[in-house]
Amino acid sequence: MNVKLIGEHKKDSRACRDGLALTLNEMMAEDKSICYVDCDLMGCINTKQLMKNYPDRAFEAGIAEANGAGVAAGLAATGKKVFYHSFGTFSSRRCYDQIYMSAAYAGLSVRVLGSDAGVTAAFNGGTHMPLEDAAMYLSIPETTVLDPADYDQLASITRQLANVEGVSYTRFVRKGIIQVYGEGSEFEIGKGVVLHESENDAATIITSGIMVDESLKAYEALQAEGIHVRVIDMFTWKPLDEELVIKAAKETGAIVTAENHNVTCGLGSVVANCLAKNCPTVQEFVGVQDLFGQVGPQDYLMDTYGLRAANIVEAVKKAVARK
Amino acid sequence: MNEKNLKVLAAEIRLETLKVIHSRGFGHVGGSMDLADLMAVLYGEVMKFDPKNPRWEDRDWLVLSKGHAGPVAYATFGLMGYYPMEEAYTLNQPGTKFPSHTDRKLTPGVDLTTGSLGQGVSTATGAALGNKIDGRNNHVFCVIGDGEADEGQVWEGLHFAYAHKLDNIIYIIDNNGYQLDGPTDDILAHGSLAKKAEAFGLYTQEIDGHDVKAIYDAIQNAYAKKGVPSCIVLDTCKGKGATFAEPKHDHSSQPSEEQWAEALAAAEKALEDAKNA
Repeated sequence: MNVKLIGEHKKDSRACRDGLALTLNEMMAEDKSICYVDCDLMGCINTKQLMKNYPDRAFEAGIAEANGAGVAAGLAATGKKVFYHSFGTFSSRRCYDQIYMSAAYAGLSVRVLGSDAGVTAAFNGGTHMPLEDAAMYLSIPETTVLDPADYDQLASITRQLANVEGVSYTRFVRKGIIQVYGEGSEFEIGKGVVLHESENDAATIITSGIMVDESLKAYEALQAEGIHVRVIDMFTWKPLDEELVIKAAKETGAIVTAENHNVTCGLGSVVANCLAKNCPTVQEFVGVQDLFGQVGPQDYLMDTYGLRAANIVEAVKKAVARK
Repeated sequence: MNEKNLKVLAAEIRLETLKVIHSRGFGHVGGSMDLADLMAVLYGEVMKFDPKNPRWEDRDWLVLSKGHAGPVAYATFGLMGYYPMEEAYTLNQPGTKFPSHTDRKLTPGVDLTTGSLGQGVSTATGAALGNKIDGRNNHVFCVIGDGEADEGQVWEGLHFAYAHKLDNIIYIIDNNGYQLDGPTDDILAHGSLAKKAEAFGLYTQEIDGHDVKAIYDAIQNAYAKKGVPSCIVLDTCKGKGATFAEPKHDHSSQPSEEQWAEALAAAEKALEDAKNA
């Protein structure tokens, strides 16, 4: 792991999706066994270049996600390292049994990519807003589930995915995003990233994805009030970095999880599972509170669903009071 | 192609299929028995395979998308020497390598895991694509049930194979006319499956699924057709050769011991008759 935290809350000039597309382009040049299957959404994540550069290894499955997932599994059976993409709603709900049975149960590795994580589906609206996608993948045995925060984290994860065995699911953001990490940052699947810590931390915020920046803002607001908190980027929901979670719980005594996903079965839930078994600790859950998605600008949606730094600040104070 | 030898092999496969299912006492007899003639042609004549190296990269692939026909595959693989036949008599017992639906992780000879209907069509298609990328001179045989063809995914798979010009896959539809709840015409009538496959752009043939020569010839015709995937509709009799299942075309059967004894004796006699023909 080699992490450079920027954390200036500034939009990245690079589109997040290019962290994936350009990285895949490089990987496919080096490794001839890598194949790519998309469901008529290459244009949305700039992966048409893969079909142009590697016409024999990048394929359109068309608007037929179930078949595309099965084709991906079949390619894997012939020894290919397969990446499969659709919007997060469709690369989870629309092909769940196919990924479950044809790939995971059958012991075939497919790297599933779900774009427009959570409320970042914005103007595509509730029909396209994956708030349960990670939950579905968390419940399949032997999977890897990832929720990267920005361009460089997505690029670093993508480079590792080719060698991850089994089914993995990576939810990511397509367009502009706040840059959290410096160029060239490297992350390790299974290892959370401690962004802030001190000996006086009264609580720990465990977060991922677009909520990392909100958590960093919450950290600053709490600092201004004299409240010290630890901040952990847990982009690796599964495998969860249990050691880091338990350590934070023991040292700070209160946990707040913050996620761009339904709280009933997401990051907060896997953290709670870990704590209940190892170190029962008070916990507050920031995220979408068991609600459907809806259409609107991302800012409006983040306000509406309580995905703001202010919500995290409030949750930290509540958790500390419950200690 | 030696027609008599294939008929004998088909009779052996039928007898062993019954023994495999009898070891558990019940199972999907109907949809297994009707494939014996196809399996005899595939494994007795046309397919490249190596029982000592089941994952040989240049082998031909068999995907039973109708995964419940597992017993006929287990019987065939046993006869071909993938494992001692007796091993398959552990069907569905705790810890067995022979589950009711085919599983690539458990059984030597099984290329892809099936059981959730429709899915084997897509995975078989993906395997054909992978073989094509690697420039292999082999084929994937994907066996689809006519009831299974209710699943939309079947048609998504054929669409993909046509669009990607996969001429190294042959879809074989076991058109036995029955599914779990009754005749396919009563449950969800298909019209002509052959015409549908043809409309999807596949080179399609419809033949008697119990005529080994017709099956052999159809596969040779499919091999000769370049640039498009093939479909062979086998008109079959569900339960063919199982005395308790054939008259009623049962999907799955729970016969009495007397019925089993009668069926096994009849299958043994059929084998003797084939040998003496």
